[in-house]
Amino acid sequence: MRHPAGRFRVDFDVIEAWVTPHSRVLDLGCGDGTLLARLRDRKQVSGYGVEINVNNIITSIGKGVSVIQADLDTGLRDFETDSVDYVVLSQTLQAMHYPHFVLREMLRVGREAIVSFPNIGHWLARLQLGVSGRMPRTPSLPYNWYNTPNIHLHTLRDFESLCEKEDIEILERRVLDRHGRSGLLAKNLPNIFGATAMYRIQRGPGMTM
Amino acid sequence: MPEYIPEDSVGLVEGAMAHFEEPLELESGQWLERYDLAYETYGTLNADRSNAVLVCHALSGDQHAAGYNSMDDKKPGWWDGLIGPGKPLDTARFFVVCVNVLGSCKGSTGPASINPATGEPYGLDFPLVTVRDWVASQERLMDRLGIERWAAVVGGSLGGMQALQWTIDYPHRLDACLAIAAAPKLSAQNIAFNEVARQAIMTDPEFHGGRYYGHDKPRRGLALARMIGHITYLSESAMRDKFGRDLRKGQPLSYGFDVDFEVESYLRYQGRRFVDRFDANSYLYLTKVLDYFDPAAEYDGDLARAFANSDNRFLVIAFSSDWRFSAERSREITQALYANNLDVTFAEIEAPQGHDAFLLKIAPYHDMVRAYMDRLAEEAGL
Repeated sequence: MRHPAGRFRVDFDVIEAWVTPHSRVLDLGCGDGTLLARLRDRKQVSGYGVEINVNNIITSIGKGVSVIQADLDTGLRDFETDSVDYVVLSQTLQAMHYPHFVLREMLRVGREAIVSFPNIGHWLARLQLGVSGRMPRTPSLPYNWYNTPNIHLHTLRDFESLCEKEDIEILERRVLDRHGRSGLLAKNLPNIFGATAMYRIQRGPGMTM
Repeated sequence: MPEYIPEDSVGLVEGAMAHFEEPLELESGQWLERYDLAYETYGTLNADRSNAVLVCHALSGDQHAAGYNSMDDKKPGWWDGLIGPGKPLDTARFFVVCVNVLGSCKGSTGPASINPATGEPYGLDFPLVTVRDWVASQERLMDRLGIERWAAVVGGSLGGMQALQWTIDYPHRLDACLAIAAAPKLSAQNIAFNEVARQAIMTDPEFHGGRYYGHDKPRRGLALARMIGHITYLSESAMRDKFGRDLRKGQPLSYGFDVDFEVESYLRYQGRRFVDRFDANSYLYLTKVLDYFDPAAEYDGDLARAFANSDNRFLVIAFSSDWRFSAERSREITQALYANNLDVTFAEIEAPQGHDAFLLKIAPYHDMVRAYMDRLAEEAGL
């Protein structure tokens, strides 16, 4: 199970805007292939999904989306260095055993990476933990603490500090509120009002592969 | 005998034979002056000949992939679960062709056939053939049948190797390649098992250098070869589940060398049964074909370069418990295709049955082939 909260269609719009036409994309945890089918149809993108669930692979095949089965936690060893333009990881980073390792692998295989994740620093989650003293459950994070696949929840600030540590360069950031909009509050106080954070990143000058 | 023919069966099928007089130059440099190819077809070739699918058989398979040859048949063809009306390889839409490989013993020319030069069976004078030679012969049959381009070439195990070879040698003559439980080449362990099988046959006192036709044949050797093969087709867990340490018919231990365990009884039965339907010389030739298969060899071992001319799309399927051609081998194929920016889908199906899984009706596997073929049909307007 890699798609706890399902995939927010809201982040698909941003990914579609960020990806250049005719590029080559690897979509990690591609689910039923919706994003790749959409990028193919609207931006003539070619690419592959990476997915662990066989039923999702079958559904993707039905959409004409190619999928290479792999477990992201064991890395992207099937994929050559610099073999695609973008590696996309939508709403899944927080479910990885070693998120920093996955990010490094993404930036090895792709020229750029696009990452989106639910922000545990959102005010609703802070309120739940702060007031009721319970692990937060929000529309984008609907699980209980004991059965959640989201084992590495993090905030925008956490992510950006990891990027700094790993010498990952942030090219662009988009923060969406609970309604999937990039409103003023989400823009100005992203770590509090952002429900979904999206980053376009690339290798920094000191990043060794 | 089938009491009735199921609705999703291709029904009673009659084999066909194509004779070729144009000599075929083999990879070894030798020539096959003339030869026959035995084949079966299921479904109907459409008007624009765009719905043809080639199915390639494995080591001990043959052209009889689906349906029944007579009402006396105990079992349908070897891939009957996959091929038929409404099945994943849907014969209501696709025209399916399956050809017996050269060197085999089911109608196509092989070591048991008469050598026109001597009037006697070829025996070991039959030239060694390769996967590339097989595909070349299949391409001639394709022309004979008036097919321009296969919608797909599909095969499991050694059949999957043929499907891959098609995309290397004749990429423009097929659209999709479905390589199931295949490998890009045999490992030392694979070759070792084949060699033991060959030695079992060749050291049988009845072998007589392959000139046993008309006499007793090397039954014990061939049966032994098949027993060895069978061990490699099943997984350890499949054997445990199927036989465990069960004693035959609940008998106590014999304290002798007769059959004690069910697994012994099973292997002996498989060996005996195989001897009645297969030629020992063909087994030698076909295991050599397997050993020699290595499309990367002419590119310094770089498999990716072997697929450089391919512009096909691929479905690569492996099975988790297959240790003969493990999922890792299918990943190597997938990596080589990915390196060429080719359209490839790869999946490892959870299945406890070992290499034999490719012959079995395993839901996610068949669903995947069905989804893939449906997509092909949809795109081709079939």
